[in-house]
Amino acid sequence: MANAIELIGITKRFPGVVANDRVNLAVERGEIHAVCGENGAGKSTLMKILYGMQPPDEGQILVDGKEVKLSSPSDAIDLGIGMVHQHFMLADQLTVMENVILGSEPMKHGLIDFAGARAHLAEVTESYGLAVDPDDLVESLEVGERQRVEIIKVLYRGAEVLILDEPTAVLVPQEVEELFRNMRNLKAGGTSIIFIDHKLDEVLEIADTITVIRQGRTVASVKPDDVSAHELAELMVGSELPSPQTTESTVTDDVALDVNGLTVLDSDSRAVVDDVSLRVRRGEIVGIAGVEGNGQTELINAIVGTEPQSSGEISILGNDVSRADVGKRRELGLAYVPMDRHEEGLLLAAPLWENAALGHHTRAPFAKGIWFDRQGARAQTERIRDEFDVRTPNVEVSAHALSGGNQQKFIIGKEMVSEPKVLIAAHPTRGIDVGAQAAVWQNIRDARADGLATLLISADLDELIGLSDTVVVMLRGRLVATLDPSDITPRDLGAYMTGVAVEQEAS
Amino acid sequence: MNSSTLRRIGFAIAAPAMALAVALAVSSIVLMISGSNPIDSFSDMAKNASKLETSIDILNRATPFYISGVAAAIGFRMNLFNIGVEGQYLLAAFFASVVGGAVNLPAVLHVSLVLIVAMSVGAAWSGLAGVLKVTRGVNEVISTIMLNFIATGGIIAGLIVVWQDNTGQVNSGTTPLPKSGRMPDLNSWVEIFTRDIGKGRRLTGVLLIAIAVGIAYHLFINRSRMGFEFRASGYNPFAARAGGIAPKKMVLSAMVLSGAIAGLVGMVEVLSDNYRYDQSFVRGLGFQGIAVALLGRNKPVGIAVAALLFGFLDASAGALQVSGSASREIVVIMQATILLAAVVAYEVVNRLKQKDEAKTASALLSGSAS
Repeated sequence: MANAIELIGITKRFPGVVANDRVNLAVERGEIHAVCGENGAGKSTLMKILYGMQPPDEGQILVDGKEVKLSSPSDAIDLGIGMVHQHFMLADQLTVMENVILGSEPMKHGLIDFAGARAHLAEVTESYGLAVDPDDLVESLEVGERQRVEIIKVLYRGAEVLILDEPTAVLVPQEVEELFRNMRNLKAGGTSIIFIDHKLDEVLEIADTITVIRQGRTVASVKPDDVSAHELAELMVGSELPSPQTTESTVTDDVALDVNGLTVLDSDSRAVVDDVSLRVRRGEIVGIAGVEGNGQTELINAIVGTEPQSSGEISILGNDVSRADVGKRRELGLAYVPMDRHEEGLLLAAPLWENAALGHHTRAPFAKGIWFDRQGARAQTERIRDEFDVRTPNVEVSAHALSGGNQQKFIIGKEMVSEPKVLIAAHPTRGIDVGAQAAVWQNIRDARADGLATLLISADLDELIGLSDTVVVMLRGRLVATLDPSDITPRDLGAYMTGVAVEQEAS
Repeated sequence: MNSSTLRRIGFAIAAPAMALAVALAVSSIVLMISGSNPIDSFSDMAKNASKLETSIDILNRATPFYISGVAAAIGFRMNLFNIGVEGQYLLAAFFASVVGGAVNLPAVLHVSLVLIVAMSVGAAWSGLAGVLKVTRGVNEVISTIMLNFIATGGIIAGLIVVWQDNTGQVNSGTTPLPKSGRMPDLNSWVEIFTRDIGKGRRLTGVLLIAIAVGIAYHLFINRSRMGFEFRASGYNPFAARAGGIAPKKMVLSAMVLSGAIAGLVGMVEVLSDNYRYDQSFVRGLGFQGIAVALLGRNKPVGIAVAALLFGFLDASAGALQVSGSASREIVVIMQATILLAAVVAYEVVNRLKQKDEAKTASALLSGSAS
């Protein structure tokens, strides 16, 4: 039987360079095929070619053994190829069903045939075992559920080949399990899935075949049983691997960030952060572990100052900032790497040098009195680019032109270059590749050695254990355990996070 | 000049050029349908504009358009739609006329007082919408529209009867400003370079204020720290907040600043034309400002070009009617098509530009990787 998808010798050139160099990819019917590679390795270009968003310069695309030309995504959809993008494209104010049919509404007598749509939707969701209530408003859904709606949307249009672009980047562990369950169901139903991912454990768990792309070329196509995560990562970066291990302790006695009895109430006056006290000393990394939605976001928002706290004290380097605004806290040396770089981290449409200024624009080299120092900003941005290896043609391009990993390196760079005293880092390596991840870890470790106090939130338990000097566990708004990362495993940590294990001694 | 600079310039010019071409094409079609010869009409407009007196007329018309455009642009830069420039400038002009007509001061002080009153009233009226948004979450579009009605239909309509000048004029209005409160015209400056200006045309002195507003706007939005905070909030309010920019403070400052500038829109009429606020005081400049700001992409120079273009079209309306080559309404159609075409063209060019940037960046990326 012919392969569901076969790409042969795909070459894509951009002025002066080759993004894809004779790439081959063969996806069997009913297979989960992972495509791995660093950011900038050419995965996205390849997927854009397969989804008809860009034409290849050379090479063939075969669908079910027949050569095809794709000049737009609608060509791809007609051939049964669907794509779920990393950033969801859903209308929040519409229901699940309305979102699913949006753009391909079934018509009857000049009106939308809702009954027909409902029946078809039920058919799709049942046959693939994707649980969803068609009448829920999308805005009321969790991230994992939204992703399911995106997948259903593609299946509803008759997709037999599904491209998932980094689907787990936005999910918490339980949601990832759910996604994988759904993927296995789809596979059982004969759907082929092309799956882009950075997290090697996940790839090894779910994929039937793994194709590794490095520097625009296919370097290997392997079966998960034949490789370890370590070998896979080496294939991706082509060199020895970094690990998140922090070396010797640099913890001092000076408390840089002191949080005392902090409580944050939500709109229903429920305590989402409940009497939390913690201290981060200079040279220390305190990791916060917790299943998402247990108050970590609200905790960091309150510390950064973007959400009001209802009681408790926060002080930075001995200055009480409980009532201070974000700007004041930043001037005292607070740096913040937000969890969603597109939402809170970047001015996507603005040039890099303006992005670099954000959060630091009241101080040199970005400010000169009441004026904004454009020369200073450009020079500083060039420094960030060079020191933090941000790959960009120049500092005038807008932030959205950079790839995800480079955006993240840029955000870390712009926060670190100002030599902050306290860093709040939320998921600093989420959705970026091994190479960029290693760079981010190294930056945090270097700053720690220089006396930076870091509060780290991460869903990556290896990262938390590997980087932190102390790990605290947050459960239902409270800190329930303080652990020494040197003698816990991710499994232990998971037990604390879900409330199965309870700390014996008082902390 | 390297190719990326050329590209940037190309992208900057492409949109307005496209818009103008489309507008000319659409207007030609409309002209032909209505039985006029487009070539005659356009050449009449050009011939008319080349006269010195018409140039003066264009500048006089463009001056309030420009100030109004800047007022709207300040809000737009932060994604705030201050639809209330209309009400703000009328209310400001009204109070400025009342105060200006009631006092007698040395010339410079008198004009300054009128300007200060106008800016303060505009700022206060607009600030009200800002306060409502910040404290009660009222959408500024709705509140400013309501405030427009309250200003014109309520306050001005009520007070003009009380404060009107009863010196026997039919058109009820405020007491005219005395000589000391009037801004001298700029004819003598222009005449250094040209022949004498005829037909009693006078180039408004408020033009200087408009130029000052433009320079101040440029320095503020592009060069100052606060201007950066404005733009950052406009790009992404959440990122701005995380970057230490207080969102409420920004909204309030934007509304107040926008209103202060809006207060100056009516000054051409008050300081250099009619010297009073009366029932026939010029209306609609606030809405023209929105169009001008949109067309000029909220940029100081862009707004100036747009204001001059609209001024030219307005000035042409009369000429077309006199020469009989077309009806004056064609001008309104042209303004509307230019605006519509510009909005579409900017969006198209913007997308092309984004694609181009992403391409260059990803090209570089894979280049450095290989």
